Parts: sequence; C-alpha cells; structure tokens
Amino acid sequence: MEKIFTNVDFTPFFLSLKLAFFTTILLLFISIPISYFLAFSKFRFKVFLEAFISLPLVLPPTVLGFYLLILLSKNGILGNLWEKLFENPLIFRFEGILIASLVFSLPFMVHPLTAGFRSVNKNLIEASYTLGKSKLTTLFKIIIPNIKHSFITGIVLTFIHTVGEFGVVLMVGGSIEGETKVISISIYDAVESLDYTTAHIYAGILLIFSFLILVFVYLPNK
Amino acid sequence: MIRLSLKKTLLGSLGKFDLEIDLTIQDNEFFAIYGKSGSGKTTILRMIAGLEKPEEGFISFNRIVYFDSNKKIHLPPQRRNVGFVFQNYALFPHMTVLENLEYAAENHRKKQIKELLELLDLYQLKDRYPNALSGGQQQRVALARALVRNPKILLLDEPLSALDPYTRTRLQDEITKIHRYYGLTTILVSHDKPEVFKLSNRVLILEDGKISKLGKPHEIFLNKRTSGKYSFIGTIIDIKTTDIIQIITIETKGEIIEVVSSENNFSIGDQVLVSSKAFSPIIIKI
Repeated sequence: MEKIFTNVDFTPFFLSLKLAFFTTILLLFISIPISYFLAFSKFRFKVFLEAFISLPLVLPPTVLGFYLLILLSKNGILGNLWEKLFENPLIFRFEGILIASLVFSLPFMVHPLTAGFRSVNKNLIEASYTLGKSKLTTLFKIIIPNIKHSFITGIVLTFIHTVGEFGVVLMVGGSIEGETKVISISIYDAVESLDYTTAHIYAGILLIFSFLILVFVYLPNK
Repeated sequence: MIRLSLKKTLLGSLGKFDLEIDLTIQDNEFFAIYGKSGSGKTTILRMIAGLEKPEEGFISFNRIVYFDSNKKIHLPPQRRNVGFVFQNYALFPHMTVLENLEYAAENHRKKQIKELLELLDLYQLKDRYPNALSGGQQQRVALARALVRNPKILLLDEPLSALDPYTRTRLQDEITKIHRYYGLTTILVSHDKPEVFKLSNRVLILEDGKISKLGKPHEIFLNKRTSGKYSFIGTIIDIKTTDIIQIITIETKGEIIEVVSSENNFSIGDQVLVSSKAFSPIIIKI
C-alpha cells in the first residue's frame, strides 16, 4: 500500500488546487460588480448579459473550449496581446487554463452572488443611503456582510467546479506535465494507458475531496 | 420650511391613480399624513427623503432645492438633511445597537451617540444585536440612529404600528420629547387616529393620492368642536344596550372605562372622543 502511494505523482492534484484557488479568488473580485449590476440595475438589455454569462452552463465544454482556443491562440485577440505583453503564449500554459477557468466558472460565482444581492432587504440599503452613506460604503458595510452565505456558496461551487472541469482545460491546455495536466486529465491519461491503480487513487481523492467540501457547505444549514 | 409639489402616477390595489400634492410645512411643525394603506402616504415620505422620484414637481427645504423637475435637480438621499425611520425599523442585523449608531455618525461623534442612547433609554442595550431586542426597543434604536446625523427633518413611516398599546403610548411621548428637544420638523405617516391626534399639530388626510382635508387634528377629526376641558380618544370595545341607554366600554391606552350614552349610533371598533365639561370630572386623591 505504501509503495503504491510513493509511486503516485501528486503534482496534478496540487495543480488542480492551484488552478481552483486562483480562479476562485479572481472570480470573487470580477463577480461582485457584475452581480451588483445584474441585481440592481434597471438597464433594459441586461438580460443579454445574464444569458451570456450563463452560456458555460449549457454549452458543451468542447464548444466553449474551441472558441477559447481560438481566442487564446497566437492569432487570437487575447493570445496575441498576451504574447506582446509577456512574451509567452497562452495556449498549453497555466495562465491559459486559468483564463479558460475564469470563463467557464463565471456563472457558478455570479449566480449565487446575484441571488444574494437581490435577497437583501431594500430598506437596509435605503436606510444606509439616508444615513449619508455612498453606494460603495453600503455595498461593503451593509450588503456584503448580510449575504455571507451567498458568498460561501459561490466560492465553494466555483472551487469544486474548477477542480472537476475536464473538457475546456483539455482543449486549451492539453496535458503538459506540471503545467496544465490537472487531476481530471491525469485520470483520463491513466485510464487510457491502462494504469488503473493511478486512476483509482486520483478518482478516489477527487471523490472524497468533493464529498467533504459539500458536507462542509451543508453543515451550517442543519 | 418644506415646500412640496409632487406628481406621480402610482399603482394601487384598484389600479392606477395620480398622486398630486401641493403643501407647505413650517419649521418645527409636527405634521401628520393620515390615510388608508395604499393611498400614497409612504410615497410622499420617500420622495422627501430622495428614495423615490416624483414625475413632476418640486421639493425644497428652506433654501435648499431637493428636487426640481424643471431644472432637473434631484439631490441623492445622502445629501438631504433627513432622518428616516422605516416601518420595519431597518436596523442593520449584523451590527450591535452601538455599531448601528456609529455607522450613521460621521467621525464617530461619541458624545452625541451617548446622549441619544441615554435620552432613549438604550444605554444598557448598546452591545446587543437587533434580533435580541423587543419591538419597542428596536423602534427606539431606529429613532436614535435617524437622529445621529442631526437632521432637521424627521420622517416617521408608521413607526409604531407593530407595537402593543403600552409601548406605543410610551414611544409617542418619547417622539414628542425628541421633536421638541432637537427642534425638528417631523412628518409622521400613520393610519392610527389617536396617534395622529395626540402627536401632530396639523394633519393631512390623503385619499387616492389627493389631499381631502388639511388642518388641525381637532378640526379634522371632530365634526363639532367640543368645549370640553378634558378629552381623550379611545376605541369602543363593547356596547351593552339597556332600556333607553347604552353602556359603552372604551379602551384607551391600555385602560378600560365605561361610559353611558343615550345616542345609539355607535358600533364596536369606532374611535371616539371622550370629553367632559369643566365641572363634571371628579378627581379623588390616591
């Protein structure tokens, strides 16, 4: 048993955690203004933005991956810009799969936050305004502290979903050892090369890990 | 002096109706807006506070224009000198009583906060969270919080409607005290006649968005003026009819009294004024 574990490379697992960590942190900051806008703006065409953000939920990962591949490649707008700025490509790189993760996990952060913002008692917000507080102060001192549960839900969903994503990462990142070969791809590789021991260990880790996180989420509700 | 000229189409339970109000409220006046729910009372308060925008009109306080549809002026609520007490109190649930007040205060005016806490009998409760307070206590915190910024106008939206009669009476007295102490111009929205009668100097009766009556509460609520030296308002809770008279039981501020009447046009639930002429009340030392 010990021998099995010493032979297994845990790099993919840590790579997945790293990817999920950065995706979650960045999405937290990106999603606050988007969700605030979706929840409170009276802009007539915001339904289009809402639909666009939800696309990753319904599109096959290969379709999303394909468009991201085009966008991030050397000739794509983003890939081109990135190469000019950092003299590095985005495709088959950690930065590339991070950007892809930001896109496909966006709805998992935006949806809970938007629902949270909408659930805040309007009188609390108005009371803050009549007390002379700006919209920004009201957001950080009144709104956000009252919807902590929405933030926890958003953070956990985004994290788990990023750890579990397969198709988009494969399309954009391939399977480069230590760079883009995350745990879900490692399982695929292991099965393909008939290395069922490794596949079992990776899959087992992911299963237990996901289960424990969900237990953690449901715990305070009891 | 508050000058109001407001126009807006509102959606009520019976369809659309127009709110149309022209009104001047004097400094230090305790002004009440009385009417059925859905008549547009709260909307007027919200417009003064800047939480809602009239379609057309004008709002000014002394020389400051809060709203002017012709000049496209609409001061945000943050810049109006207004304290607002919401019907549901709207206390910040994640902050203690003291934190609620400190949030409202600019640069933490500690002295002002302490004074308000003591004035409203809240000092012992300052470290409690709103959900650990009774309705009356929450109401007092809401009142204190609205006053921390030294507003000149105090807007009260049915502030006492959810409280029991005893707490209600006590808070009415505190509101009167605060109104005088801080020299406020107070506007109270209420559908409770005795409350309006007790607190206000002038009352507006709002019906479907229009002013139906405006004047002193005595003139408005009583058809004929009594020359009574002593009077109070109560609610009829029971009527016993005997041969030619009725014994009417009236509840007022938690007390119950019986009055004999020869008129028979009363019914249970009516709000009545009980008054007596100069010589008839009997007082006994207790």
